[in-house]
Amino acid sequence: MAQLQHKVIVGLEIHVQLCTKSKMFCGCAVEFGAEPNSRVCPVCLGMPGVLPVMNKQAYEYSVLTAMALDCRIPTFTKWDRKSYYYPDLPKNYQISQYDLPLGENGFIEIPLESGRTKRIGITRAHLEEDAGKNLHTAGNFSQVDLNRTGTPLLEIVTEPDMNSGAEVRALAVELQRMVRFLGVSEADMQKGHMRFEPNINLAILKDGVEYRTSIVEIKNLNSFRALERSVNHEEHRQLDEFLDTGKVMKMGSKTTRGWDDEREVTVLQREKEEAHDYRYFPEPDLMPVKLAPRWLDDIRSHMCELPLKRQMRYVEQYKLSDYDAGVLTAERSTADFFDEAVEAGGEPKRVCNILAQTGLRKANEKGCSIAQLGVQAIDVAKLAQEIETGRINASSAKTIFEEIVKLKANVFSRATVEDPLTVQRIAEQLNLIQKSDAGELEAIVDQIIAENPKAVEDVTSGGKKSKKAKGFLLGQVMQKTKGQANPKVVSEILAKKLG
Amino acid sequence: MAEKIDEAQVRKVAKLSRLELTDAEVGEFTGQLSAILGYVEKMNELDTENVEPLAHCLPISNVFRPDSVKESLGTEKALANAPQRDGDFFKVPKILDVGSGA
Repeated sequence: MAQLQHKVIVGLEIHVQLCTKSKMFCGCAVEFGAEPNSRVCPVCLGMPGVLPVMNKQAYEYSVLTAMALDCRIPTFTKWDRKSYYYPDLPKNYQISQYDLPLGENGFIEIPLESGRTKRIGITRAHLEEDAGKNLHTAGNFSQVDLNRTGTPLLEIVTEPDMNSGAEVRALAVELQRMVRFLGVSEADMQKGHMRFEPNINLAILKDGVEYRTSIVEIKNLNSFRALERSVNHEEHRQLDEFLDTGKVMKMGSKTTRGWDDEREVTVLQREKEEAHDYRYFPEPDLMPVKLAPRWLDDIRSHMCELPLKRQMRYVEQYKLSDYDAGVLTAERSTADFFDEAVEAGGEPKRVCNILAQTGLRKANEKGCSIAQLGVQAIDVAKLAQEIETGRINASSAKTIFEEIVKLKANVFSRATVEDPLTVQRIAEQLNLIQKSDAGELEAIVDQIIAENPKAVEDVTSGGKKSKKAKGFLLGQVMQKTKGQANPKVVSEILAKKLG
Repeated sequence: MAEKIDEAQVRKVAKLSRLELTDAEVGEFTGQLSAILGYVEKMNELDTENVEPLAHCLPISNVFRPDSVKESLGTEKALANAPQRDGDFFKVPKILDVGSGA
């Protein structure tokens, strides 16, 4: 088969569930896993005569996200009805925003594997309500649970600026990190808080002519893995199809496919011809929204330093590796804790090592954030300083960190909370302070030298055995001091004495 | 001249709205809808050159509620008027088209 030069072109629609306590247009709780149809009221059930009222928090979360995506934020937006005839939305329409979305013409930077970033255009961001859940049971019936009906969803639409499955995944991951930093969504994939619909086609160069394949939309993907794999699969499928049939894009040739997670293939979905006749019209039950400058400023005051920027700052300012910076900025609570510890005087690289190697592991074990372990940022700064001065070594720092976690987990030892001397006290209690006093160590070194004439001879005579013998003597000193001698100082004394 | 609606359009809109109309009804609604469009056409005679488009007929905006939870109906009340139920679920004819998910 001739290998044609081709490029995959992908745009993405993302639905992000906002983490409000109540629904978009009524006071029912947004709650995952509640008993079926227990979080519903006349508004979200679509009873006649009811009126929706906007959730202010949901609106502000959406505007904040649109700001983070560098969108233009129109000062006037309104609501529209989108006709929709499925039993999971019993009103027979979805309240959405059609021609006046709350954000448009933005962009997001995504990290590429090369270490560079790529700018992906954001076409629009608008707020809408979610539908309920259809459960397909055996027989000729479906079960419907309307608990999710009316949950606020922020729909984000990107420009077709991505050119690989990996880029699409990178955008999804970056967006997840962003909305979590902003605190507008838990973005928990397991709970369906983020759902993706990529639009994919190919530009193929054949005999100097560029051909475009028909656009395929893949519906309702809810994992990064399925997203990336479905895009990769579709790239190959469309190339094969083009080689087989030579079919190219024309008006109305867009199709919809589903992702079969087990067989890892996309499957054509049959749709009724008029399925996309949404017949939008202005929602008469809701008032428009006007964003006054003061309100906009107020929303903007909740903006934080965004994760990718922060990651890049850690690399530039603190000379951390891109990998380490990525680990620290995966969650906002970790990044905030890191900043706090650095501000309290911890050397960044050492603080990073303590957090990455001990803190995150411990937090993971306990299923909480680093900040919730009970260890204060000042403790970590102290640990970093003690390693820096050589009073303790890295493995003792780990022991002390874990000891603090243990103490804080014990409700009876609350007295230790916020104790600036915690690290020192525990280090002393557990005999973890390294002996660095040259005078004291010199006496011990002298004793070891006197006790091991053979090794001393090996060192002074040089040659192959010298290095090994040096190591032996250092080991003897460490043993004598129960591991508390500072190996660096001992080595210096040994070198001085034995030349 | 008003663009009058024909029977084919009425049948299409009825289908989209999941409405079953008799032939007599199609005839009746075609006439009525055409009359409505005729009335709208009359309004088009007005000069709206310098008039801002109106999003809502009331001069009000920003009607919000705080993000607080109110008590829901509960499953029993929610299902009380359901034509059919299956345990705690509404029971509906099987959904073949996978177009849901909003």
